Amino acid sequence: MVNIEIDGIDYEVEEGLALIQACEEAGIDIPRFCYHEKLSVAGNCRMCLVDVEDSRGLSPKPVASCAVQVSEGIKIYTKTERVKNAREGVMEFLLINHPLDCPICDQGGECDLQDQAMAFGHGESRFFDDKRAVENKGMGPFIKTEMTRCIHCTRCVRFSSEVSGNHEIGSIGRGNDMEITTYLNSSVESELSGNVIDLCPVGALTSRPYAFSARPWELKKTETIDVMDALGSNIRIDSKGLKVMRVLPRLNEEINEEWITDKTRFFWDGLSSQRIDNPYKRVGKKLVKTTWDDAIDLAKKNLISSKPEEIAAISGDLVPIESVYSLKKLLKGIKVKNYDCRQDGSKISGPRERWLFNSTISGIDESDGCLLIGTNPRKEAPLLNSRILRQSRNLSYPLGLIGAKCDLTYDYKLLGEDPKIVREILEGKNSFCDKLKLSKKPMMIIGQGALTGVKGSEFLDLCIELAYKFNFISNEWNGFNVLHTAASRAGAMSIDFIPEEDGKNTEEIINGCKAGLIKTIFLLGADELQLSDLDNCYVIYQGHHGDKGANNADLILPSAAFSEQNGLYMNTEGRVQESVRSVFPVGEAKEDWEIIRLISEALNLNSDFQTHEGLRNKIYKEYPNLNPFDDFQKNNPPEKKDNNDISGHKFSEAITNYWFTNSIARASANLSERNDYIQKRDN
Amino acid sequence: MIDEKDKIFTNLYGFRPWNLKEAKKRGDWDNTISLISKGKKFIIDEIKSSGLRGRGGAGFPTGVKWSFMPKKLTGKLHYLVVNADESEPGTCKDRDIIRNEPHKLLEGSIIASAAIGAQACYIYIRGEFVDERKILEAALEEAYSEGLVGKNACKTGLDIDIFIHRGAGAYICGEETALLESLEGKKGLPRLKPPFPATSGLFGCPTTVNNVESIAVVPEILRRGSDWFSSLGRPRNTGTKIFCISGHVNTPCNIEEEMGIPLKTLIEKYAGGVRGGWENLLAVIPGGSSVPLIPKNICDTVLMDFDSLAEVKSGLGTAAVIVMDKSTDLIRAISRISYFYKYESCGQCTPCREGTGWLWEMMEKMAKGSAKKKDIDILLNLTERIEGHTICALGDAAAWPIQGIIRHFRPYIEERIDNYKGDAV
Amino acid sequence: MTQKRLTKDLLKEFRFNEKEIKHINSHIIKYPKGRVQSAVLESLFLAQKKSGGWLPESAIAAVSEILNMPKIRVLEVATFYSMFNLEPCGNFFVQICGTTPCWLRGSDEIKKACKDHIGEERKISNEDISWVEVECLGACVNAPVVQINEEYFEDLDYSSMSEILVKLKKNQPIKKGSQINRQSSEPIQREKND
Ligand SMILES: Cc1cc2nc3c(=O)[nH]c(=O)nc-3n(C[C@H](O)[C@H](O)[C@H](O)COP(=O)(O)O)c2cc1C
Ligand code: SF4
Ligand code: FES
Repeated sequence: MVNIEIDGIDYEVEEGLALIQACEEAGIDIPRFCYHEKLSVAGNCRMCLVDVEDSRGLSPKPVASCAVQVSEGIKIYTKTERVKNAREGVMEFLLINHPLDCPICDQGGECDLQDQAMAFGHGESRFFDDKRAVENKGMGPFIKTEMTRCIHCTRCVRFSSEVSGNHEIGSIGRGNDMEITTYLNSSVESELSGNVIDLCPVGALTSRPYAFSARPWELKKTETIDVMDALGSNIRIDSKGLKVMRVLPRLNEEINEEWITDKTRFFWDGLSSQRIDNPYKRVGKKLVKTTWDDAIDLAKKNLISSKPEEIAAISGDLVPIESVYSLKKLLKGIKVKNYDCRQDGSKISGPRERWLFNSTISGIDESDGCLLIGTNPRKEAPLLNSRILRQSRNLSYPLGLIGAKCDLTYDYKLLGEDPKIVREILEGKNSFCDKLKLSKKPMMIIGQGALTGVKGSEFLDLCIELAYKFNFISNEWNGFNVLHTAASRAGAMSIDFIPEEDGKNTEEIINGCKAGLIKTIFLLGADELQLSDLDNCYVIYQGHHGDKGANNADLILPSAAFSEQNGLYMNTEGRVQESVRSVFPVGEAKEDWEIIRLISEALNLNSDFQTHEGLRNKIYKEYPNLNPFDDFQKNNPPEKKDNNDISGHKFSEAITNYWFTNSIARASANLSERNDYIQKRDN
Repeated sequence: MIDEKDKIFTNLYGFRPWNLKEAKKRGDWDNTISLISKGKKFIIDEIKSSGLRGRGGAGFPTGVKWSFMPKKLTGKLHYLVVNADESEPGTCKDRDIIRNEPHKLLEGSIIASAAIGAQACYIYIRGEFVDERKILEAALEEAYSEGLVGKNACKTGLDIDIFIHRGAGAYICGEETALLESLEGKKGLPRLKPPFPATSGLFGCPTTVNNVESIAVVPEILRRGSDWFSSLGRPRNTGTKIFCISGHVNTPCNIEEEMGIPLKTLIEKYAGGVRGGWENLLAVIPGGSSVPLIPKNICDTVLMDFDSLAEVKSGLGTAAVIVMDKSTDLIRAISRISYFYKYESCGQCTPCREGTGWLWEMMEKMAKGSAKKKDIDILLNLTERIEGHTICALGDAAAWPIQGIIRHFRPYIEERIDNYKGDAV
Repeated sequence: MTQKRLTKDLLKEFRFNEKEIKHINSHIIKYPKGRVQSAVLESLFLAQKKSGGWLPESAIAAVSEILNMPKIRVLEVATFYSMFNLEPCGNFFVQICGTTPCWLRGSDEIKKACKDHIGEERKISNEDISWVEVECLGACVNAPVVQINEEYFEDLDYSSMSEILVKLKKNQPIKKGSQINRQSSEPIQREKND
């Protein structure tokens, strides 16, 4: 801690803070355009100038408060005439070439320049000549550019090289002719590109899909979480009436910092397209509308008419814990043992430390080495990948990948595609060992693609063995990490939505359907299955989109999407968070748990929850660590098992097309357009 | 006035060949080992007491700058970077050193590298100087082949390499941190300071940046002793200096003279006097385009050194004397300088990027006469809003020439406005 | 100057040959390990020479590949430094210093000579010559100065500049450096009286 003085008042602040941060902590707002806590310091807008005094006296000229760190005894003055003049000057310089088009600018109402012009400008402009006009740039389907408005803060440039890692945006030319652009106006490819829309302090980079659709003050803002991947990024959903208008990030240092992926930012149009808004039943070859009463009755009939071993259920990737829990209760009530939440066939099981991201997401920042196993974190969790990128800039950060070669935006050592390499490393037969040995806190990240093969479970044990061999697991560090791609997976795993002793897993269930052994299957939002030849089987699909799952259904129960019901989710590191309803379900759709309650009641199972709150309390009682309001606990290290035979095991790709990983994303025209963009370029 | 024997650059004009053999005859590379083996501290102290101030424009004491380099080795390499980007309008002295006295620069580089513990020295030469670079490369090859540079340089036991790096046309790359960025293969954007190059410079390592002339005089200072150097000129303004005299003089030239020589003597004795006689003088920019001009009455008496010129609110800068006689359209002359800064601004910081263009446009109006009289105050106010608010000194350099002309020639500007008859059709 | 734009030159295929790669490597080794980017200016110079005095898009891409630099970073550099041309220029490329010291000594006359003998600024003449005005070339005591390709021509006036241009067109040898028989920067009286 150091003692400083700001405008005559003493403060004690943390060492290493920039003056601008120290002022902020003291409640004094310093205007800024280029400074951003998550980006490198550029110090180029010159808006944050303050006067400082140290042992050598008053600084000869004002200093950029973003670029200087606090030091013992330093005095900061933020209100002197010199500072006022400097700010006024910078405002005037910025405005001489900035168009006066606020009324038609999408940034209107959330524009830093507009706000600060009010606060610090000096009224009349003294500049009467023509303003600079700058050609707009192509940056792809998500980012709309109006480059004449650009004030050259270079936040987007720094973001593109430091956070997204793609180095796609640059500033070309010099002086007054400097322009922000992509190479040859090409579309940005990063999965994180949309963040530059938030970063841009003016209306130069705005959201193309959202363009002109609403003014900020018309929107209802709901703080909630994201389900597009398994990180549980914190988001805000802005809605107008029944419609979601846009999605923005919320700050959470532990998870998404202040970023979100493009998929999260732009999936929202998928929420209002291809929705199932009414119960349907199959009559002959056709699906026809029906009533809830009829639908529940049909569900009941089919669940009673089959024997328990002829019934199965699979839960999907977007459903909250409550839904899976109530489904499990129902299944238990009718003695069904065939159920699974591992749609992709992943072989994870056992206590949670075996299948969670134990180092935690923010733990990546502490790691000093990384071994990626059967994963492409850029596709599976782009924000997590960005943390690895940041860490990889450290001079000695061994970084290896066992898996298929891919562009992760940073350099890594490709160790090969064969799972056996894990054994090689374990036995010290791989050159990567030498580097790994030096790491005190290395982490391994095992993707689902490494765990779906025949020996997935044994392979997981082999990785645990490896973890103990090096410092992946030590007394003060647990770098054994499994990365999930489905938002629901960890939650469903933690309430054991996996087959009982002699029950069938996903693969067996599907084979069972084909073979006629399974007569009734209940799909709870399960849309990622390869389903065909289900003629012998009655398919009940509960979900919100007319996607893969619904196509094969005999009975469709319309449910709320994640944004339309309150629900609990556990992210890949085991953190439980609450998703909050921002709009009401469409048409006749009902919340998941309610539909299941109706079926349970029809089956005369005494469900012991009538309300959502009651349901939650029951879950908390049975699984105390699912209460999101309790502190997040770190995990114990997993138990080790030796001699794991993995012969015949192969990796697969967990995600083939990043933009289309779930039913909402597939229904989104925004995301399709983006996907087409890349395809077009590749051809 | 300088004595012929006190001149350091005896081949400034290239009347004799530049090569190693001839250079040795002129005293270069003479027992360099004996200078270096006196040790780092000795060299730095000697340079400090000689009073040598940087010849790149800012006039910072060279010995003091060297003493900022870490004394203890931190495991990081140290670098010497020689600034041969010479682009300040009016300045063309480093060019002569490079093409006619390259061995002075190379020997100076080895000694300075030894003094600051550098194992590598980069000479950053502006890209336009093609012939000069080729000569420097050839001289460097000579020095390598005689073991003066490289492994066990001059048999001192030290390994010091010299590399030549060429720029590609950007005035801003003369600014020392922009130069480092450029050396790292990036755009020449000046860095924020601190950290200063002595802490974190080239490739993140401790680095000293010096002008060509500052480095090239070092061997001679050490050979003749700091007393000799400091006996020339005036206190705090010691030694000899190459002056570049351009503009409206009869015989424009470069000349090595003693610091503190009267401006009038300099012009009359070497440059053949002002075109049309001293009385025909209007104003002089005494230190390269960045410093404010001074009108004739000051030129009559002012001495050419850092402190004397600072006293009259100008500066010695690079000692590039730009002479303007009474035929000069002074406002155009300064406006052209404003254009230069607008063109050369790197563009990263707001006041400079936006301000230099604005200044130039205002100056053009002043030159035409189409401005309003109150615009003169606005213009002055703008220069104050740029000055001191930018990352590097280019912003200041753009402001000062305009402040100079308004300070001394306001009535002249007003007269132009009064006489303005509208755009001729 | 207006913003330099990349010229996408679809016909031009650009690839460094072995000798050129060797040349680039000889520059890369001047810098510490992992600092290949430091050779970007040299690589661009080489590419520019190879493409006839300017840099087409394919050349930028080739440099980006050989130095393992993102393309946008190479483009940033190519557009920042004034010596790189992003559009074709004449085989003889005349750069006239127009900054104050040269202007004081008649750079306008030099421009006029160029206009008279070549044409408008930046236009490539039939004889494959073009001219532009540039900023201070660092030879101010020999003003006015022009640079033609790699060489300086100093102490010019309208007639000596015209003479040079006439010779250029005829592909006749011209003497570089001072046009008034000066060695370098020493003080001498002009021979011709103007
Ligand atoms: C815009 C700008 C341009 C500069 N150009 C040059 C230059 O061309 N040559 C030079 O030696 N110094 C130049 N300098 C000064 C350098 O930043 C630096 O102070 C100098 O190289 C230090 O050398 P010295 O201490 O030996 O003078 C320039 C400074 C600024 C702000
Ligand atoms: S003052 Fe000008 S040249 Fe210097 S950093 Fe700022 S914009 Fe660049
Ligand atoms: S002003 Fe023309 S060379 Fe210096």
